[in-house]
Amino acid sequence: MPDNIYSSERFKPEKTRRDFLGLAAVWSAITAFVVALLGAMRLPMPSVFPESNSQIKLGSPKDFIVGSSTYFPQQRLWVYRTEEGFFALSSVCTHLGCIAERQTDNTFFCPCHGSAFSELGDVVGGPAPKGLTWVALSISPEGQLVADTLKEVDTGAIFKV
Amino acid sequence: MTNPNETLNKKSDSNSDGVDQSSSESNAIKDFISNLKSSPKEFKDSVVRHGKPTSSRAKSQAVFTNFFLHILPVRMHVRSIKATTTLGLGVVTFVLFIILCFTGVLLMVYYKPSVDQAYDSMLDISNVVPTGRWMRNVHRWAAHGMVACVILHMARAFYTSAYKKPRQFNWVVGMILFCLTLGLSFTGYLLPWDQLAFWAVTIGANIAQSPRELTDALGVTQWFDIGGMQKEVLLGAHYVGQEALTRFYVLHVMVLPVLTAIFIAIHFWRIRKDGGLARPASADEVTTSVPSVPSDDPPPLKTWGLMGLMKGKTPAVNLELKNTVTTWPNAVYVIGAASMITVLCVVLLGVFFDAPLSEKANPAVPENPAKAPWYFLGLQELVSYSALMGGVGIPIIVMLGLALVPYLDREKEETGIWFSGKRGRRVALYSALFTAGVVLFMLWFTVSFGWLRNWEATADVPQMVISIFNPGTIYVVLFAAWSIGVVKKTNSTRMGAIALFTCFLVSFLILTYFATVHRGPNWDFYWSESDWPVH
Repeated sequence: MPDNIYSSERFKPEKTRRDFLGLAAVWSAITAFVVALLGAMRLPMPSVFPESNSQIKLGSPKDFIVGSSTYFPQQRLWVYRTEEGFFALSSVCTHLGCIAERQTDNTFFCPCHGSAFSELGDVVGGPAPKGLTWVALSISPEGQLVADTLKEVDTGAIFKV
Repeated sequence: MTNPNETLNKKSDSNSDGVDQSSSESNAIKDFISNLKSSPKEFKDSVVRHGKPTSSRAKSQAVFTNFFLHILPVRMHVRSIKATTTLGLGVVTFVLFIILCFTGVLLMVYYKPSVDQAYDSMLDISNVVPTGRWMRNVHRWAAHGMVACVILHMARAFYTSAYKKPRQFNWVVGMILFCLTLGLSFTGYLLPWDQLAFWAVTIGANIAQSPRELTDALGVTQWFDIGGMQKEVLLGAHYVGQEALTRFYVLHVMVLPVLTAIFIAIHFWRIRKDGGLARPASADEVTTSVPSVPSDDPPPLKTWGLMGLMKGKTPAVNLELKNTVTTWPNAVYVIGAASMITVLCVVLLGVFFDAPLSEKANPAVPENPAKAPWYFLGLQELVSYSALMGGVGIPIIVMLGLALVPYLDREKEETGIWFSGKRGRRVALYSALFTAGVVLFMLWFTVSFGWLRNWEATADVPQMVISIFNPGTIYVVLFAAWSIGVVKKTNSTRMGAIALFTCFLVSFLILTYFATVHRGPNWDFYWSESDWPVH
């Protein structure tokens, strides 16, 4: 009987073909599992949104009086008609999604954490990271003013009719 | 393997044996009738295989052979079952979780997770369903209690060094359970579909979206919008609606409870494997005498388990007879008492206090103030400085910091001593005072003077500056610096850890209190709710 049946010599790892095949099997199993898991986790990422029809018809441009502003509560949208044209401001606060209320002096104030915005939606106070979103406007084939609530335009971009 | 109960069972079988022997022509019908007569006892003996737990062996078997008790050792250290050792907080938290599962399933019988029906089914549960209002109240108060107990339990484990080797990983499991508990609370909060729920979850979902601040600043949002992705996965939409309600429902009643149950099992399992509750060596200095075994007790059947053949320290059974008592009935009674007190408390709370339910969710008008439940209000105070840092950055830093404590503080020292003794108590006190000073000063400062945007010279600073430099991040930096200072001054990482944890705990408490009591409409400062402007 050898003295050192438990000595480390006996169990010294040797790279063999069998080890290689074993490792390859383990890693391919892990890879298969991870890929399958990632594939399954794709499911909760929606590709179609319930509000996918983000194009909202607002009515004929003629109905908006120059110098007026109209609120569309469903779309949380302020639509302004100026002499140059139209622009639309989303009243959804850019901080955490509450609704910024328009004050009597036409500035905006969010009740949730006190973000304040100027008349044109620029941040003037509070924690909001950026100004209110300017929403893209267009004219539909039948001549209606259309707002796309998921499409953003640069601040100050007036839509001319 | 021989059945250890054989000797015991012999006695109970002797009757039928006697019948067999007396009548030489054994009669199957007779046997049958006698079997029928003794079948209740036979059934009982087949369920509980040991006799009455009067002998030491039967007491051991009462624990060892019982599915529900076998997570406990058969003998426990006397210190482990003293109320002052753990304050029973872990048991109470677990019992609250069981109560929540029980009442939650009952509520599911009537609750309908649809935006049209959810609120009405809440009204039904409150007003029409027998015991419905009570069950909902118990569910709500038990949920609040569970969050509170998880935090207190964490503090107890921390201050008594229970995170030290070999318990480091169980501390991490505890952190995971803390996050799961908060996740359960947050997802449950939406289900009533009232105003508060709707707006609190809108805020929560937008916090998930706030990494967009970072990607916006780097100009990569259109290619890599991690914030937007998180919000979309959470809500299944761009706004809180039916998709979000379905998702939160699935998370609340299935995914998170199952995960929590799994991690609770791991948590308990590891307490056993790590050698039971942490205790100092001094707990064994004064020995109670080895418990006297009644002379008529049957002798032990074996003294070594399979573990006795293994090398190494784990599983650290670490049990000697001295200073231990049998788990049955000593520890079982203590656990039972803690459970009964817990149940009594939430049941009474449920009888006397109704869980709040505001008016039905209205996506057009935000609740003002839109306050989350109390345990998120400290966070809400932080997000009122910066959504990105307050809602995502600081929580991640805090969670990672706490999870890393056992790996950074590896000082070998006695476990199971509150604050590790006098010096730790002093460190904790000074840290608490320091934290209170810093937080109260910063709150006073921001309430009185505002922050960068409110000052003319800095009104136009880029968002990134505000994200990086705001009261929340100042706390993190100051508390980290203070803790490192304590490490240097005391030359002890354990003292630094006590300082860091105290900073976390005290700032959490102050911010939670401040946002709960002193924040009103428009997130403005008010001394009390009675000063709020009337709409």
